[in-house]
Amino acid sequence: MDTSLKGKVWKYGDNIDTDVIIPARYLSTSLPEELAPHCMEDIDAGFAGVVSKGDIMVAGNNFGCGSSREHAPLALLGAGISCVVARSFARIFYRNAINVGLPIFECPEAEEGTQKGDELEVDLEKGLILNRTRNVSWTARPFPPFLRELIGLGGLVPYVKKQLGAS
Amino acid sequence: MSSYTLAEAIIASHTKDPVAAGNICGVNVDFAFTNDITAPPAIREFRRMGASKVFDPKRCAILPDHFTPNKDIASAEQAVVGRTFAREQGLLYWEVGRVGVEHAFLPEQGYILPGDIILGADSHTCTGGALGALATGVGSTDLAGAWALGATWLRVPETYRVDLEGALSPWVGGKDVILSIIGRTGVEGARYMAFEFRGEGAGSLSMDARMTIANMAIEAGGKAGLFVPDSVTLDYVKLRAKRPFRAVLPDEGAHYARRMTLDLGVLEPVVALPHLPENVRPAKECGDMKIDQVFIGSCTNGRLSDIEQAVGILNGRRVHDRVRLIVIPASYEVYNACLDRGYLKVLAEAGAVISTPTCGPCLGGHMGILAAGERCVSTSNRNFVGRMGSPKSEVVLAGPMVAAASALLGRVADPREVA
Repeated sequence: MDTSLKGKVWKYGDNIDTDVIIPARYLSTSLPEELAPHCMEDIDAGFAGVVSKGDIMVAGNNFGCGSSREHAPLALLGAGISCVVARSFARIFYRNAINVGLPIFECPEAEEGTQKGDELEVDLEKGLILNRTRNVSWTARPFPPFLRELIGLGGLVPYVKKQLGAS
Repeated sequence: MSSYTLAEAIIASHTKDPVAAGNICGVNVDFAFTNDITAPPAIREFRRMGASKVFDPKRCAILPDHFTPNKDIASAEQAVVGRTFAREQGLLYWEVGRVGVEHAFLPEQGYILPGDIILGADSHTCTGGALGALATGVGSTDLAGAWALGATWLRVPETYRVDLEGALSPWVGGKDVILSIIGRTGVEGARYMAFEFRGEGAGSLSMDARMTIANMAIEAGGKAGLFVPDSVTLDYVKLRAKRPFRAVLPDEGAHYARRMTLDLGVLEPVVALPHLPENVRPAKECGDMKIDQVFIGSCTNGRLSDIEQAVGILNGRRVHDRVRLIVIPASYEVYNACLDRGYLKVLAEAGAVISTPTCGPCLGGHMGILAAGERCVSTSNRNFVGRMGSPKSEVVLAGPMVAAASALLGRVADPREVA
């Protein structure tokens, strides 16, 4: 399995909240493909129409703050975003992203050293982030062991399935 | 034996794993709920997990409160998914007309109790901290896991201890307390942490004020906002509790990652200006900030004492010609009490729109969407870009007294201006 992602960077600032990622007025569905056309529209109306499959989102502190809507990582996945690199994540978004299979990496240095349009390459297993445009690389903060295990199993759904089978 | 903060002590009573801040523990869950928006993805994931029955139908609930009474065909279809699953599972479900806004309804009906671990697929689940429960918001998949297993994983949060001193002045309420705290911490100052509110000042606060404060812990990035249970808590729950509970207290000598002391007596009526809850300033320092709409309600400020505070200001007066005032009691217990006490008549005579319980306008769902260029003073919890409608609209967060005074004057106002 190829564990490396390559994509063009979409860059945003601090406190990108889940209302901005997917406004509540579109929450009458939870299907990624139906959410995707409205992803980020309140702060970047051009995003959904131009984003390419595999693009990478890079943002500042507290990414995904606000509502618990799992529709936020689903909308990003639906839009084609392959992973999010941020200085820090809000806690519910952090859990949700792991649960729906959106890779996330906490790496302030990568946020500082990356601009919109840069080409990034991310090694999912090692948490290695390479900026090919600037030829710089960084290592993201490692996940705690339990979360590594959860991600390795394929997320919470297989984890619970296993627990139910065991009991 | 370690000395535990309140959050640690509650986790320790629900796990076999070693409890220390930063550890990840498997915990039993006492109660797990979703709403009409978060239920469909939770149900989808529940089935993908291969689960067939929820762990205990008396501890699992679906509350149709967000886009209800259904605002359009899509939200009606979505509500059917939750309703059908609730019937199939025999889990707790209350229909429109009986249900309330989840974080007002569940504590009032005795489903959230001191010492509990509560998961809700809604970020304002932290409201339950007012009762001394470790209540925290999660996404739909985590909630589905809790429905299937009756358990989840939690990272033991560091604790941010807030010692409240003194007592509130007239015209100052719970919303002014929590906005003042967020003004100090910023929107991520308590990220991943649990607030522990305590002290003599905490003891002087009503349950309604405590729920307003706990509700917005998430707006500082918090996982939970816990009040140490006291006689006020126990008086509130003893007539409501739907099941046995055991209140948990923090230990002496526990380690607190951060601390803050706040004198309630010096607080003033405040607002949070667009577009972050940390943009806090005194209501009297907002100049001539004209408004188009006022919303009094939500899981933050839709309880009886909130409506009562607004009514005290609106009684015998008329809402400003340019302003639409929308009042939504957050539960039927609150709605009916407002009816019995004549509050709804006062509000109607003042020129307010009154709706039955719904989250509605707080998240830009329905019942008061803002147009481009419009500004709303709202007693809800978030003033993010586009939160209540157009991305070019603005939301100013405030308590019900500031909201009522603003409705009368047509601009952001300090309630003492109309006292």
